[in-house]
Amino acid sequence: MRRYSAFAIAREAARYHSGWERAWASPEPKSEYDVIIVGAGGHGLATAYYLGKNFGITNVAIIEKGWLGGGNTGRNTTIIRSNYLQDPSAAIYEKARSLYETMSQDLNYNVMFSPRGVMMLAQTEHEIRGYQRTAHANALQGVATEFIGPQKVKELCPIIELKGPRYPVLGALWQPRGGTARHDAVAWGYARACSDMGMHIIQKCEVTGVHQDKGEVTGVQTTKGRIGCKKLGMVVAGNASALADMAGFRIPLESVALQALVSEPVKPCMDVVVMANTVHGYLSQSDKGEMVIGGGTDGFNNYTQRGSFHHIEETVRALVETFPMISRLKMLRQWGGIVDVTGDRSPIIGKTPLGNTFINCGWGTGGFKAIPGSGWAFAETIAKGAPGELAAPFGMDRFIEGRFIDESVAAGVAH
Amino acid sequence: MLILTCPNCGVAADETELSAGGEAHLTRYGAGSSDADFETYMFMRKNARGVHFERWRHSYGCGKWFHAARCTTTLEVFGTYPAQTTEPPAELIEKIKQKRPDFEGFSK
Repeated sequence: MRRYSAFAIAREAARYHSGWERAWASPEPKSEYDVIIVGAGGHGLATAYYLGKNFGITNVAIIEKGWLGGGNTGRNTTIIRSNYLQDPSAAIYEKARSLYETMSQDLNYNVMFSPRGVMMLAQTEHEIRGYQRTAHANALQGVATEFIGPQKVKELCPIIELKGPRYPVLGALWQPRGGTARHDAVAWGYARACSDMGMHIIQKCEVTGVHQDKGEVTGVQTTKGRIGCKKLGMVVAGNASALADMAGFRIPLESVALQALVSEPVKPCMDVVVMANTVHGYLSQSDKGEMVIGGGTDGFNNYTQRGSFHHIEETVRALVETFPMISRLKMLRQWGGIVDVTGDRSPIIGKTPLGNTFINCGWGTGGFKAIPGSGWAFAETIAKGAPGELAAPFGMDRFIEGRFIDESVAAGVAH
Repeated sequence: MLILTCPNCGVAADETELSAGGEAHLTRYGAGSSDADFETYMFMRKNARGVHFERWRHSYGCGKWFHAARCTTTLEVFGTYPAQTTEPPAELIEKIKQKRPDFEGFSK
C-alpha cells in the first residue's frame, strides 16, 4: 500500500495522477479462512482490522451482500459522543471516541474526525436532573462532560432559540471532545488497511446458509459458493435476526427503520452538534454546509430501509421549534437504515450457542460512534474465544440473568 | 404510510392513528416459570424478514387492540384480525401462502 501524504499528492500531480492505486483489492474468495466476518460495515471492518493489528490474525475474509459501508455506516448522522450513564457503556463508547481521535493517523486515511463538541439539551426539569446525574457519572468514569446553563448554550450555538414555544432550553450536557467524522471514510479507511494486511473483502456476496458440524460452524454458503472458516463473526446489524435464524438460534432484538435527512447547503452557522431529546430531533452542519437532521425510529418491524413520512414531519417540526432560522430551508435528501434494537437499548457482543461463532449486534440507533471500540472489543472476543473486559458486560446472557445495561432510560431517545 | 383496517370498528386507519405493539401470539410466562421461558417471553423475538404477525392498537380511534399480518420487506398488509385468538385465522394463512409460496405457515 502506498501511503497517502502531501508528498504523494505532489508526486501524483507531477505525473497527471496516473499512479494512484485502488484503495482495496476485490479478490475471489478462497476455500477457507481462519476467520470470516459477515458484514463489511464499520463494525465488521473495524473488527477485522483489530484482529490483524492487535492479534496478528490476517487470514480473514469480510463478506458483504451489498457494497462496503452501504448499510447503516453510510446512513447515519455521524455523531460521536460517549456521555453515557452506565459504566459498561461509557467504557466502550469512550474507548471508541478516543480511538477516533487518532484514527486518521492510525489508518493513514483522513476520516475528518471533528471534535466540535456535542450538547444534549435539557428542556424539562427531569432532563436537568438526569443530565446532571450523567455528568457526575461521567466524572467518575473519566469521560469529560459538564452540565452547562442556557447562556453557555447560546454562546456555543447562537442559532438556538432558548425560549421555544413548548420547551425552553434550561441547560445542556456538554461533551467538548464529542463531534462528527466522515462516515464513509471510516469504512473506506478500515477497508484499505484490512486489504493491506492481506485480508479479503468480498462484496456482493450474500450469505445464504451456515454449515455446521457438532455445534461448531464449518463454513458459510454464499452466492459465491461455500467458504470454510475456523471462526465466524456475525456483524450484520439490522439483519442479525435473519442470519442467526440461518444458524439456528434466536436473538433478543427487533429491526426497525431509522431515518435521517439533509437540507440544502448553507453558509457555516453552527459548529457544534445539538441533540434535543424532549422534542426529538438532532442537528449538525456538515462540511458541505448541509444541515444534517436525525430523529426517531418507526414503531414497527421493518426491513425496507425506508421510514414513515410522518416521522420526518415530527422531526422537522421539533427542530424548527428549537432553531427557527431553519424553517425556510429546503430538504435535499432523506434516507433510512434498519437498526437492531435490544430490550435494554445496549448492544450484544459475545458468544452464541455455536462454539466458534460470535455475534456483535444490537447497536440500535447509535452504532456509528462505537465503531472503533466495538471492533476493538469484538476482535478480542473472537481472537481469545471469550470476551475481554470491554465486551464482557454485553453478553447475550444478560437477558436471562436480568443484568441489563439500561440505556433506554439513561440516554433518552437519541441514542 | 401504512393503512390497516381495524377489525373492531371497521375503520381503515392511517399509521398515525395506530400504535405498534410488537410480535403477536407470544406465549406468556409468569411467576414460577423457568428463566429460559421468561426470557423467551420477554425478549426473544422472531423479528421475521418477511411475513410478520403483530399487534396493533387503534389508539386514536376505537382504542382497541387487534392483530395484523404484514410483510416486513415490502410493507404489504395481508390482513387484520381480532385479538381474541392464539393464532392467525386459517383463511389468512392460505391467502399469504398464495402470495408468498415460500411461506411455511405460522409457527410459535
